Amino acid sequence: MATSLPTDAPQDRGSEQTIEQKAVAGMSQGALVRRRFFRHKLAMTALIVLVLIILLAFTSVGTVIGGTGSLQADASGTLTINGWRIEGWWPLNWWTAYPVVNGGAPTITWWPFSLGEHPFGQDTLGKDVFAQVMRGTQQSITVMFLVGLVSLVVGVSLGAVSGYFRGWSDSLIMRFTDVIIIIPIIVLGSIMGKLFGGNAFVFGLFLGILSWTGLARLVRGDFLSLREREFVDAARVAGASNARIIFRHILPNAVGVIIVNTTLLMSAAVLTEAALSFLGFGIQYPDVSLGQIISEYREAFRTRPWLFWWPGLFIILLALCINFIGDGLRDAFDPRQQAKTSRRKAARAVAAIPSVQAVTMVEGPTSESDEPYSDEFTDLGGRSGPPGGRGDRPGDQP
Amino acid sequence: MLTFLLRRLGAILLVLLVASFIVYTLTAIGSDPLRDLRASSAPNRDEQIAYRIEILNLDLPPVIRYFTWLGGAAQCLILQCDLGLSYTRGNQPVTEALASAAGSTIQLVTAATIIAILVGVTIGILTALRQYSGFDYSVTFLTFIVYSLPIFWVAVLLKEFGAIRFNEFLADPNVTWLAVLITGLISGVVFMSLLGGSWKTRLITFGSAFVAAGGLLWFLGVTGWFATPTVGIIGVIVTGVGAAVGVTAISTGLANRRALLASLITVAIWIALYFPLQYLFFYVPEGWMLVLLGIAAIGIGIVVGIIVGGDGKREAARTAAIVSFITFFVIVIDRVLLVYPDYVQRIPQSGVIATIGSRTPGLQGDMWFQILDGFSHLVLPTIALAVVSIAAYTRYTRSSLLEVMNQDYVRTARAKGLTERTVVVRHAMRNALIPIATIIAFDIGALIGGAVITETIFAWKGMGSLFVDGLEKGDVNLVMGFFVVTGVLAVIFNLIADLLYSALDPRIRVN
Repeated sequence: MATSLPTDAPQDRGSEQTIEQKAVAGMSQGALVRRRFFRHKLAMTALIVLVLIILLAFTSVGTVIGGTGSLQADASGTLTINGWRIEGWWPLNWWTAYPVVNGGAPTITWWPFSLGEHPFGQDTLGKDVFAQVMRGTQQSITVMFLVGLVSLVVGVSLGAVSGYFRGWSDSLIMRFTDVIIIIPIIVLGSIMGKLFGGNAFVFGLFLGILSWTGLARLVRGDFLSLREREFVDAARVAGASNARIIFRHILPNAVGVIIVNTTLLMSAAVLTEAALSFLGFGIQYPDVSLGQIISEYREAFRTRPWLFWWPGLFIILLALCINFIGDGLRDAFDPRQQAKTSRRKAARAVAAIPSVQAVTMVEGPTSESDEPYSDEFTDLGGRSGPPGGRGDRPGDQP
Repeated sequence: MLTFLLRRLGAILLVLLVASFIVYTLTAIGSDPLRDLRASSAPNRDEQIAYRIEILNLDLPPVIRYFTWLGGAAQCLILQCDLGLSYTRGNQPVTEALASAAGSTIQLVTAATIIAILVGVTIGILTALRQYSGFDYSVTFLTFIVYSLPIFWVAVLLKEFGAIRFNEFLADPNVTWLAVLITGLISGVVFMSLLGGSWKTRLITFGSAFVAAGGLLWFLGVTGWFATPTVGIIGVIVTGVGAAVGVTAISTGLANRRALLASLITVAIWIALYFPLQYLFFYVPEGWMLVLLGIAAIGIGIVVGIIVGGDGKREAARTAAIVSFITFFVIVIDRVLLVYPDYVQRIPQSGVIATIGSRTPGLQGDMWFQILDGFSHLVLPTIALAVVSIAAYTRYTRSSLLEVMNQDYVRTARAKGLTERTVVVRHAMRNALIPIATIIAFDIGALIGGAVITETIFAWKGMGSLFVDGLEKGDVNLVMGFFVVTGVLAVIFNLIADLLYSALDPRIRVN
């Protein structure tokens, strides 16, 4: 996050400085963003929960790297999974059917806290639901990060090229984006899942290849407006190459939009993976995914509700955490978002300080403090590029 | 404008061609349409395989097959579509399968969209007008949760609590004190944080909302309304007068006595027509009759508005037309509910709210029966589809309205001394709804393709089942049929969204 913005850096504006500006004097843009993010309680909580879930999912049942993922029985009849297996601290695995204890009901007790033999219960075959849910969570996390990474790379590069160079490469890339957009993601995802499914890694890669479109459009919009700014002209006059202008001058300014939208894409990826697996087109047996578990036992809601609640809970937790982190990041990156307090509260707080009793509230930042949530969603049709943006520059006027 | 349209249509055609090529070849490569036959033990297996290879041209590579399919699809331009045969549906032409499937999906999507717009935009406006209130924070938090909910999970929950448990309640309607208390509390809290004001006002609001909502539920429970729900002429009068006051308050303000009078007169006309209409409903139970009456309802409103309106004919006509249509709608609901006891007798034991399919198979009855049956099947999938859209529209409307409320022209409107209603409805809302309109147009296109999961869970024989069946069994023509409809609709609605934006906002030009 090497963002050093010449325009937004706090400068000494003398008497015009507001209290907020004084508080951040001398900090780089990156430090500002970090500080705003760390102060966002909800986002920080979500970040901690997410890290805990990732740790729990990967350390508990261990994981399998490589291999075909198919099951094979050895001489004694115990099933092993193909691939390099790393054991975790949880003694059970997600593919073996264990003897059914207590009708398969969950053995977890909250007070006094104890996990018991099968904390999340067992399915009809006796498989440990805790191990299954942990494995499914692993898959969701893998898919989530892969989708984020792949669409970040593809979306940003295509959007940057398209917005920076314009002309025929722009039309070509945007038509290609349209092609991917009009195919509902569930269609391409299902076909991809059917062709390459079974393996979360491959599945995530392909889902990522399909998910970059919104990001590319947003990055293009940002590039289109940023490339007309004075600091880009200055860089070009100074002899900077196209690559340098893109990476050092424009990209750092677009990083907020990019990061925020990537997080939102990642939360959508969790849900898409679950939905595709639910339909049977995602991750396939013998591997497990959260959507697949729910799909398999959706008729058993009355008799074995735990087969339904636990996987669902983890999908929601993952998606919710990412959404909250994205929200916190958006607040942190958006400079208009100075304080998310109500005007009444702010006025009360200011009035409580004896030394500023004479100072009236600065109208600026709080009166428009609510930041529009529009950039949370992908392109609002023609909104990103209404005419006037470029025509408003003084140089264009006769 | 025309060149813009032509250029856009050209681009759309190109995009559709490339996209259909991708979908076709990928599906063809990834599927094996002969799998079921290879596994079969029928004596004439080889002939069946040869026959299927022949009708589906399986001896040709997928790319060639795509172009033969495209040749058939191109005939759509001269209105003779040939999208191939679907072997999973007994070699039925795909166009036929599409026609029946698209009908039920469009029904579903229309219902979900209308509900999502009404509820989402309303909540969005309320949260924007009560920014940073408890209501605003709770709604924002709820939308976050909704965004994180997998739709299939919601659908399974809906099946359990919206259908099975609710049906159990309907079979033996017993309103518990707990339910009355909770309903009262929720409505009290919502209204309290919505109306705001000093603590005294808040307490009064809370108390009256608590008594009103809880009392209504208690009253309905005591009178056995849930066993035989009816509206009756009393209900029509109450809702009609309520609609007249409410719509006038929003549309013109209650100070406009003529508009209020016009809408009250239309309500009176409908109440006078209530008993004669019952004969009409009984003897002519036809769909076109309802459509005609609906148009007549709007007409009555306009005429009354013009007669009574005085100086503000247009406002009065508009208000009266809306009120008239609402009242007519309530009368239709009243008529449909009349067959409810009979309907409960005739349907399967599982209960009123259905969880499977779009119709009760083999149910005989007149139009009112069919409407009630369709409605009972539509409720749950519509809710499942609408929930996510409601959350999205709420957020859009909130941010859009907040942006507009900070504009200078809104401040000017306030400075002129206009009432808060005029400022919000006439100055702010009109501008705030421009982006919403385009988003909704955009969304409808996406929703038709996105209903796959909901349709699968509720066993709704629509486009979704077409797609899932086709993909599972390797029926490429069926998948392509799905794609043609959803893809074309998606690009068309995209175009509509763009045009709508430029039509509503004169600052934007299309070219």
